[in-house]
Amino acid sequence: MPEFIDILNALVLMTNYVILPALTYGSQLALGALGVTLVFGILRFSNFAHGDTMAFGAMVTILITWWFQSMGISFGVLPTALLALPFGIALTAMFLLFTDRYVYRHYRGIGAKPITFVMVSVGVMFVMNGLVRFVIGPQDQRFADGERFIFKAREFKDWSGLAEGLALRSSQVITIVIAIALVAALFWFLQKTKTGKAMRAFSDNENLALLSGIDPDKIVRITWILAAILATVAGVLYGLDKSFKPFVYFQLLLPIFAAAIVGGLGKPVGAIAGGFIIAFSEVAVTYVYKKFLIYLLPTDMEPDSLVQLLATEYKFAVSFVILVLVLLVKPTGLFKGKVV
Amino acid sequence: MSYLVGKNLCGGYGGPDILKDCNIEVAKGEVVVIVGPNGAGKSTAMKAFLGMLQMTGGSITLGGEDIMHMSPQQRVRQGIGFVPQTHNVFTGLTVEENLEMGAFIRDDDISGTMEEIYELFPILKEKRFQAAGELSGGQRQQVAVGRAMMTRPSVLMLDEPTAGVSPIVMDELFDRILEVKARDVAVLMVEQNARQALEIADKGYVLVMGENRFTGTGAELLADNDVRKSFLGG
Repeated sequence: MPEFIDILNALVLMTNYVILPALTYGSQLALGALGVTLVFGILRFSNFAHGDTMAFGAMVTILITWWFQSMGISFGVLPTALLALPFGIALTAMFLLFTDRYVYRHYRGIGAKPITFVMVSVGVMFVMNGLVRFVIGPQDQRFADGERFIFKAREFKDWSGLAEGLALRSSQVITIVIAIALVAALFWFLQKTKTGKAMRAFSDNENLALLSGIDPDKIVRITWILAAILATVAGVLYGLDKSFKPFVYFQLLLPIFAAAIVGGLGKPVGAIAGGFIIAFSEVAVTYVYKKFLIYLLPTDMEPDSLVQLLATEYKFAVSFVILVLVLLVKPTGLFKGKVV
Repeated sequence: MSYLVGKNLCGGYGGPDILKDCNIEVAKGEVVVIVGPNGAGKSTAMKAFLGMLQMTGGSITLGGEDIMHMSPQQRVRQGIGFVPQTHNVFTGLTVEENLEMGAFIRDDDISGTMEEIYELFPILKEKRFQAAGELSGGQRQQVAVGRAMMTRPSVLMLDEPTAGVSPIVMDELFDRILEVKARDVAVLMVEQNARQALEIADKGYVLVMGENRFTGTGAELLADNDVRKSFLGG
């Protein structure tokens, strides 16, 4: 039997390298998947441009952050980016409404099939992708400022006397707190307000919604605004937690779609559950368990290898495998969403 | 004096006319049933009243006012309630939310109307916080009728309200429709269960090939040998 202190050390190790990062990453994915699922529920197509919408929103926010920083405006211990976030959201919302007005509306007007919309969104994706790289460049951008840690690994070690350290980064706390607040606000809006209920009604049964006098144009506009809020917040939080690189955001599309489909397309609760399932799977499968097992196993059973199920370069395979399994076994996802 | 009047209706779905010179009238406090064989244009006639058809001729007036040029949504605002045959509830919304959405175009207090609906359909009050998609077929139809009643319509149109429900539920639904009629609403419905529907009808229209074939009170049509033989199965 491992000693009590070893179990504690193993737990701290897991919290530091798996649970905290996965909770943070899961929150970011959940916000992204919520945007995808909302657009799918209301506008009835898979929006492939959502990853690049996140990049666009983050880029705009970063530019405003830099401008604020150059003027000496700061948000104290919190990152200046949070101050710039509302402006980033507003500009992203305007950009999405502009895209809808000049691209998607045409296809709604001619009653295009969902697959056409998907292809159109791929086109929008490429344009946004190019635009972002043209404006800010393809390299890594760092824009986080303020206090980086709530407490550092060394401080935790000194405080607890354990061999393992636990660091709590402010970006992790900010991500989780903002994600909870935003999701709560979104659910309140969808469940309690007349407009929110009308959106759910429109998603549920478009013809009956029209017959009830619900204005489709207004529903579409609000959907894009919500998508802009969710995408920008998700993009900025991801950038604060890791770094901003346009191509990485494009790649995020896969785990985000996997999350939305695992939960059930069109189901907001599903998107959140899916986000955490994907994040925890990705982190848990690519984690190196050697040290963790050394704490828990008797000395003669200690592993020689790294005990890593999958190298981190292959982390996208995790989303793919989960996606394929869900589509094979339960295509409607966990919360009985729609089938594409 | 009839409240909703369709005169010499001609129209279809863009191709040849499905309705050919069809006349249908409903007065307030009256149940009017349209019956006829498959493809006779029964539902098409109803769609004409709702404005979902390309009309090539005729006139439709509601309370004396011409509504021919209005969109379906405008007609709903003018007081026409419509219960489609299928997909007539928001399955993912609760019963109460379904009723709220029925009253979407109203800006005034809807709690009174909602109480009236719950009085009319007591089972809905019991299930008000349950998703409409989880209810039985008959209960769903009650939600559908309740949703359409939320605008306090002067005309209620029902497209085969008893399609796919059991005979017992059908009787209960017809009872409810009579109660709606008692509230001085003009009720127009299309029915497959022609015999039972004509029994509660004040007036019936038999349509064949988009034309009026027989018109009369429900009892008259039920007593008519030709109608019985051709459309009611002997």
